[in-house]
Amino acid sequence: MNKSKYGIYGGQYVPEILMPALQELEDEYSRYRNDPQFQQDLNYYLRDFAGRETPLYHAKNLSRKYKTKIYLKREDLVHGGAHKLNNTLGQALLAKYMGKKRIIAETGAGQHGTATSMAGANLNLDTLIYMGAKDVVRQKMNVYRMEILGARVKAVESGSKTLKDAINEALRDWVTNVDTTHYLIGSVVGPHPYPMIVRDFQSIIGKEVKEQIMQKEGRYPDSIIACAGGGSNAMGIFYPFIENKDVSMFAVEAGGSGMELTSKAALHSASMCTGEVGVLHGACTKVLQNQNGQILESHSISAGLDYSGVGPELAYLADTGRINPCHVSDEEALNAFHEMSRLEGIIPALESSHALAYVMIKAESGELGDLVVINLSGRGDKDLETVIKAGKWKGGNI
Amino acid sequence: MRISDKFEELKSRNEGALISYICAGDPSTELTKSAVKALIKGGADIIELGLPFSDPCADGPVIQSATDRAISAGMTPERYFELVSTLQVDVPLVCMTYYNIIYKRGIKKFIEDCSSSGITGIIVPDLPVEESDELGLACAKNKVDLIFLVAPTTNENRLHKILDKSTGFLYMVSRTGVTGGSTDIGTDIADLLTGIKKCTDIPIAVGFGISNRNQVADIISYGAEGVIAGSAFVDIIASGKNVEHRLESLACDLKSGCRE
Ligand SMILES: Cc1ncc(COP(=O)(O)O)c(C=O)c1O
Repeated sequence: MNKSKYGIYGGQYVPEILMPALQELEDEYSRYRNDPQFQQDLNYYLRDFAGRETPLYHAKNLSRKYKTKIYLKREDLVHGGAHKLNNTLGQALLAKYMGKKRIIAETGAGQHGTATSMAGANLNLDTLIYMGAKDVVRQKMNVYRMEILGARVKAVESGSKTLKDAINEALRDWVTNVDTTHYLIGSVVGPHPYPMIVRDFQSIIGKEVKEQIMQKEGRYPDSIIACAGGGSNAMGIFYPFIENKDVSMFAVEAGGSGMELTSKAALHSASMCTGEVGVLHGACTKVLQNQNGQILESHSISAGLDYSGVGPELAYLADTGRINPCHVSDEEALNAFHEMSRLEGIIPALESSHALAYVMIKAESGELGDLVVINLSGRGDKDLETVIKAGKWKGGNI
Repeated sequence: MRISDKFEELKSRNEGALISYICAGDPSTELTKSAVKALIKGGADIIELGLPFSDPCADGPVIQSATDRAISAGMTPERYFELVSTLQVDVPLVCMTYYNIIYKRGIKKFIEDCSSSGITGIIVPDLPVEESDELGLACAKNKVDLIFLVAPTTNENRLHKILDKSTGFLYMVSRTGVTGGSTDIGTDIADLLTGIKKCTDIPIAVGFGISNRNQVADIISYGAEGVIAGSAFVDIIASGKNVEHRLESLACDLKSGCRE
């Protein structure tokens, strides 16, 4: 099998200008991925800068209520508040080893942009973040965070002014400045070798879970649940378990405010569940598109899941039946957000709340088994404004 | 008309080819029809007609906006082929679109539609040679040329792979970057051209950032068989003022650079 492909998915659908850069990235990555010095540097940053390893926490109140033993993989405790830094540290270090002076990235919610800005500041790389103009308004706090960290944030006014347009603009920048610049993609999307590189850097999540659950329970979980936007936290926790066929895996997409489509937009972001095979941002994958092949705008209450495509390897694993794609609505995610906060004293990111919601909905059916691990991909401090605006504030007098 | 016949004809007249791009349906199919006529009247030898895609990552702001206008005005692949088949012109028509549009329609069907509507060549800026086998087969079967791009970053190894699969002409990208803006035509372009010409007999056309006669004259004097201009024409369409007349005079001006 062509190593850039996962079944029919993946590949490299980019302008010719970028093809040599993708080759260079692949070569350099395979040179450094097992290089002891690179590994030592990366481990140092992951431990002392990012705060790894993250705990696998037994959520006892949640477990009691849902009569299932539930563990949370605490990626919310990673510096910056989400799993995103695992990848940005890896890629920024790689950029440094490759002699690049400048990194660029796209961001939707601002989480990947923030994690990129942190890595860029620490490793002394000139950092530019592309963000859809609509998202700049929606996620003001993260814009400030990025700017305080010394990055420049460029509002993208083209197309739908959201994440997919930010990726287009980052690709355009990369096409122009390919000699000096590394494009630091934020999820397991884009042309080969990105889906592989991001998956590898995020796989630390699943590797840690494997050891931790063995220590605590003496066995692997019955199921693992993760939310999926582009799919990096999902691939990160799933990948080391793919060979363990008894472990079921659920990738929870954003069901948004309904499963309908118009000719321009979807009310959801469930590309694995409802999308059709297509080519977007350099890869063949499942995408939300209309009958003419135009990409639809997506929707989710959680900006980090609001994307019209999904990582090609996830699309492949879904087709083969190894993972189960599913979706929960904005409403269900909001309810899970509140319930989790009150039951466990942990405010989850709205993205991660989708994974929580799925467990809350399905636990009683027995489908998930007795021992469940949820990837708590991020913390929810960034989402308070969204939650309040959604009118879902429970109690309080503000 | 086949692209190779056009280049033969121009060669016998010792002229370079003016290839002009506009986006179909921007801002209406009616305007596209009259714009194509104006471009040909001004001297365009080949018309490159964009079929708009929502996420044109190889295009700069001018063509992005044209794409948005065309999609908003209702341009679809179906209407595109209808439009093409009503254009009764005696120059080669080349389709420029992104791969998802082709993939969604079905590669075979898309190329058959090209062939039956009168498209004789196709350019897909996000389809590198490595991913092009299926499209290449369909093109060969239907006598549609598959036109590849080479860039300043393309190394010799890749150049040979691309030349192996190229038909019609080779699209040489003048600089790293997206469409539009302005390109300084300097010795690096001359060197690139010389390097490529050593390896092939296929006609070479240079594009990205071409908007005036001096650039054209320089490119042709460096040995290119043609130039491609797009954003400069699209700018005129976007202005909405005196469009046909200005398209014709710009085409005429650029074409004069092809004859120097
Ligand atoms: C906390 C959190 N979880 C999940 C995601 C979704 O990304 P992915 O599917 O790549 O993990 C994001 C994206 O911003 C995020 O911030």
